[in-house]
Amino acid sequence: MKNFIELENIAKQIRRKTLEIIFNAGSGHPGGSLSSVDIGTSLFFYLMNHDPNNPNWKDRDRFILSKGHAAPLLYVILQMSGYFPENWLSTFRKINSPLQGHPNSLKCPGIEVSTGSLGQGLSIACGMALSLKKDNMKSIVYTLHGDGELNEGQIWEAVMFAAHYKLNNLIAFIDKNDLQIDGSTDEVMSMKSIEEKFSAFNWNVLTCDGHSITDIVNKTIEAKKSIKPSVIIAKTIKGKGVSFMENVAGWHGKSPSKIELQLALEELE
Amino acid sequence: MINPFNIGDVVPIRDGFGKALIELGHKNEKIFVLDADLSKSTRSNWFAEKFPNRFIECGIAEQNMIDVAAGLSLMGKIPFTTTYGVFVAGRAFDQIRNTICFSNLNVKIIGSHGGLSVGADGGSHQAIEDIALMNLLPNMKVFSPVDANEAFQIIIKASDIVGPVFVRLAREATEILIRKDFEFQVGRWEKLSEGNDAYLLFHGTIGAEVMKATKILLEKKIEVTVINCSSIKPFDKKMLNEIPSSKPIFIIEEHLEAGGLGSIISTYYSQNSPRKLELINIGDRFGESGSPTELYQKFGFTSEILAERIRASLTDN
Ligand SMILES: Cc1ncc(C[n+]2csc(CCOP(=O)(O)OP(=O)(O)O)c2C)c(N)n1
Ligand SMILES: [Mg+2]
Repeated sequence: MKNFIELENIAKQIRRKTLEIIFNAGSGHPGGSLSSVDIGTSLFFYLMNHDPNNPNWKDRDRFILSKGHAAPLLYVILQMSGYFPENWLSTFRKINSPLQGHPNSLKCPGIEVSTGSLGQGLSIACGMALSLKKDNMKSIVYTLHGDGELNEGQIWEAVMFAAHYKLNNLIAFIDKNDLQIDGSTDEVMSMKSIEEKFSAFNWNVLTCDGHSITDIVNKTIEAKKSIKPSVIIAKTIKGKGVSFMENVAGWHGKSPSKIELQLALEELE
Repeated sequence: MINPFNIGDVVPIRDGFGKALIELGHKNEKIFVLDADLSKSTRSNWFAEKFPNRFIECGIAEQNMIDVAAGLSLMGKIPFTTTYGVFVAGRAFDQIRNTICFSNLNVKIIGSHGGLSVGADGGSHQAIEDIALMNLLPNMKVFSPVDANEAFQIIIKASDIVGPVFVRLAREATEILIRKDFEFQVGRWEKLSEGNDAYLLFHGTIGAEVMKATKILLEKKIEVTVINCSSIKPFDKKMLNEIPSSKPIFIIEEHLEAGGLGSIISTYYSQNSPRKLELINIGDRFGESGSPTELYQKFGFTSEILAERIRASLTDN
């Protein structure tokens, strides 16, 4: 098992590669990919039971990237975990690539289900978690959502469903970076307290520093003990790790220029 | 597998659906049924009573239901989702498009109360664009059975297909036209009567009226071939090719003109052997309240109106 220093180094490498493949593609979503790096790292390199050599291993934990636009992050994580060779990364968003602009489960190993249309991952996870319970299987289903994504009504349908069926094998992460596309989550569609909303629906609610791997790991271990479905609201910074991208809505969905990439990589030395 | 009902019985199509689910429930423990607070209307309650552990009540949340089914299918289950067609084909279209069809998931979507048959509930409850919406989607299969026997067959068959399937059901009890030993085959249509003067193509429970219309036409010495086009996607190209190009073809359906069977067949013929078709459908308008019989009258679907329209068209030419 990796120690936390190693995990932090992995996270840094993931940030670099994520920016590189977005630059290489000429488009993609850096902001929300960078804000989720530490959550993704904790899950794939520490918390989750999975086997890159056997992506369909039936006892694996499941992960659904409900915020499918963070695809570049997922691809880098899957590649570094060993799901596919490194040379695939340069094909991201290119013709005939397994690495589509948003994750496509029919084209790329390690992806449980195609995503990209926001608001659906939690419902899919509910179906998986329910199935696991019916079969007395012990796997955990993890999802990762944006905070803007919570605008979608379907999320709250799924929140009700998970609580009703007591799906305590479901752990949802919210990447709370306080930004979506048109501006801050407060300006676009103010949600006030996400914690209170999930509590009101009878979920187990935890919060963490979304850039502290120790905190993410500890809260996840705590969530696993819950008798209710758990949400971990991770406070993050959109664009985390690159000073000029941090907290800037404009970096949601554009590629850095060559110079910007250079500057970013220097910061991520 | 022998179909449950006798020819001539008058049975709601959902009873065939309900019986098929029970049959499947006994045979295959992977079968799950999901409903959105309409299980008594859709007949999924029969399954719920027998197999409570594999019935998932989803509440009034159709979009969630479709994606929960997606999750179940990803774990190897075979989920059948049921609600009124009007609340799923449109409302959950994105879930069906971007999750079910895009990932080619093994989810069955049963849209009940299709066409005008829900009657008095009015236009808000009548699915008249469901076929168009579902037919649009890559990987989807679309079936519209004529009666409870065929519904039974189609549901059994749907469980063997690996991939998304949409089935349109209707509400009213209609006459059983399909033999007990009939076996539904994907992409194959069945002739219900033979005659040389014209071809009547239809899908769904309107078939009962169409068959009555053939009797009226026969009294007027007009003999028609009636084809039950229950497999809409894929459709029966072979049978379409076999219809002589000199013969008048009428396509009858409780659906909007846009995107229905008529439009599917028009597109096919226009690229192969163009011919004149007469499309009999709901046109470009919504439904409204009324008894199903009154609505058939108003929208031109009773056997008498159908027969007269076909007769007039044939004598004009
Ligand atoms: C159903 C749907 N509507 C709109 C979009 C377009 N879209 C992509 S990302 C995004 C903003 C997402 O914001 P958030 O969930 O906060 O993600 P993050 O900040 O983590 O990138 C939008 C509106 C979409 N992908 N899906
Ligand atoms: Mg956000």
